[in-house]
Amino acid sequence: MAEDRIIVVGAGPAGVRATEALVQAGLRPSVIDEGQRDGGQIYRRQPEGFLRAKSELYGTEADRAAKLHETFAHLKPKIDYRPETLAWNISEGSLHVVRGAQSEALAYDALIVAAGATDRIMPVRGWNRAGVYSLGGSQIALKAQACAIGRQVVFLGSGPLLYLVASQYVKAGASVAAVLDTAPRQLRVKALPKLLARPDVLLKGIALDRHLRRSGIDVLTGVHPVAIEGSDERGVEAVSVRLPGGEVRTIACDAVGLGHHLRPETQLADLARCAFRFDAQTRQWQPEVDAEGRSSVKGIYLAGDSSRTLGADGAEAAGRLAALAALKDRGHAVSANEMARLTKTIARIDRFRQGISEAFPWPHQAAAELSDDTVVCRCECITAGELRAVASEKGATELNRAKAFSRVGMGRCQGRYCGHAAAEVVAAAAGLPLEQVGRLRGQAPVKPLPVAAGVALP
Amino acid sequence: MTGRFVRLGELDRAPLAFSIDGEPASGLEGDTLLVAVLNQTDRLRVSEFGDGARSGFCLMGACQDCWLWSESGERLRACTTSLEDGMRILTQAPGREWLKIAS
Repeated sequence: MAEDRIIVVGAGPAGVRATEALVQAGLRPSVIDEGQRDGGQIYRRQPEGFLRAKSELYGTEADRAAKLHETFAHLKPKIDYRPETLAWNISEGSLHVVRGAQSEALAYDALIVAAGATDRIMPVRGWNRAGVYSLGGSQIALKAQACAIGRQVVFLGSGPLLYLVASQYVKAGASVAAVLDTAPRQLRVKALPKLLARPDVLLKGIALDRHLRRSGIDVLTGVHPVAIEGSDERGVEAVSVRLPGGEVRTIACDAVGLGHHLRPETQLADLARCAFRFDAQTRQWQPEVDAEGRSSVKGIYLAGDSSRTLGADGAEAAGRLAALAALKDRGHAVSANEMARLTKTIARIDRFRQGISEAFPWPHQAAAELSDDTVVCRCECITAGELRAVASEKGATELNRAKAFSRVGMGRCQGRYCGHAAAEVVAAAAGLPLEQVGRLRGQAPVKPLPVAAGVALP
Repeated sequence: MTGRFVRLGELDRAPLAFSIDGEPASGLEGDTLLVAVLNQTDRLRVSEFGDGARSGFCLMGACQDCWLWSESGERLRACTTSLEDGMRILTQAPGREWLKIAS
């Protein structure tokens, strides 16, 4: 058999474990990593010369991080590793990559996309002000650069990351003004049966909450964000939320970490023409995958958070499984037992994932309540009112059409941070179910390229 | 102007000199450009759409809010660019004067 050309996109937990399985099968895969070093976002490494211990950076997950980094260090001489490289398009059997000004098309027999996730954001009036960061960004400032995003930080949103990042900030000595969760606390009780699929992880989550309270941090749940106050000149100065009882609380701060759990990076799956399905529980479109990570397109496999938000442990299992599926499909001998075991592990983690999305739901109803002057697209400063106008006056109730008229989703981030909220705003304005509004189509290049790269669109 | 970010550790690194719009500034070896700038001042740039100061958002190369420029006109994504000694950073793309003349 001729050498299989397999490419892995991403060097986080899913990408590394996929790569490991391929190397064990005697292959030499290419690994495309946007980062300077492996680890992805969750196990992101600090720069050379930083001295903090792994336990300081990754807390309870320090051992897993260490093992992943160690595995990749062993794999590196056996693979074609391409750090600081962006996979920006897919055309018939080729992945287009660019590093600096150097572009290249890499032919593949199988492609494993483990591109990760970014924060899912429900806008709040004033979220475009200087000093507002995504929760993931707030964590990177600390983990990769030993910095807090401000002197008085409010964390606002929902999901596990809200509590994790706040707790990490407190431990590192930052001043946390409040943790404001849009999810009512009682939802966690309802989600308990599913959350018990991973009792160890559940206990870690409870410990984070307890750590924050014991440290004297105000943790308020079931809040409705009113505004991030401040000025164009100075940026963030306070956060106002309405408490469940109706009282409005304003908390002074100079920085906000904002996020409502995660959304998958699906652009490459989209460009590969993978089929998507609407997930009613999380109210988002996800690429279709079978239990072992195969997409609807032959030769394209999806793993980790860029497929479903299973978290780091789920990503390790899904990455390995997707690689085994690719190997099996290409005629290599693989252990059916191991594949069955991994499938079972992932099913358990997926049950926990469902529990998490029940406990910390995407606050979709907030979209309808955004004031007309709330910015939805922070790239180009386009408001909810402008978006509603194209839905009602121009009849643009399909999201890509609404984008063409309003430019929401057309700016620098290419809809990563406004796309989900924009869909909710349009659906609410048009009185349509969300799935009928559709989703923003991925476009090449998936991120802006330097002009010097001079690449031709295939 | 004080910085927006607060350093919580890793202070024992070599200082690097750079400049922001011609003003001298200093950072530490291993800083990203974004972190170096935001430890000096409270913003990276001013929004071209009229809503004031901007200071980045995602820090992971996804939102593109943190673009800065070198004097030669190279666009730098500040969150994924390492600070280098002697860097001369502009908060607006150079060449705008030329655009004005052309129009």
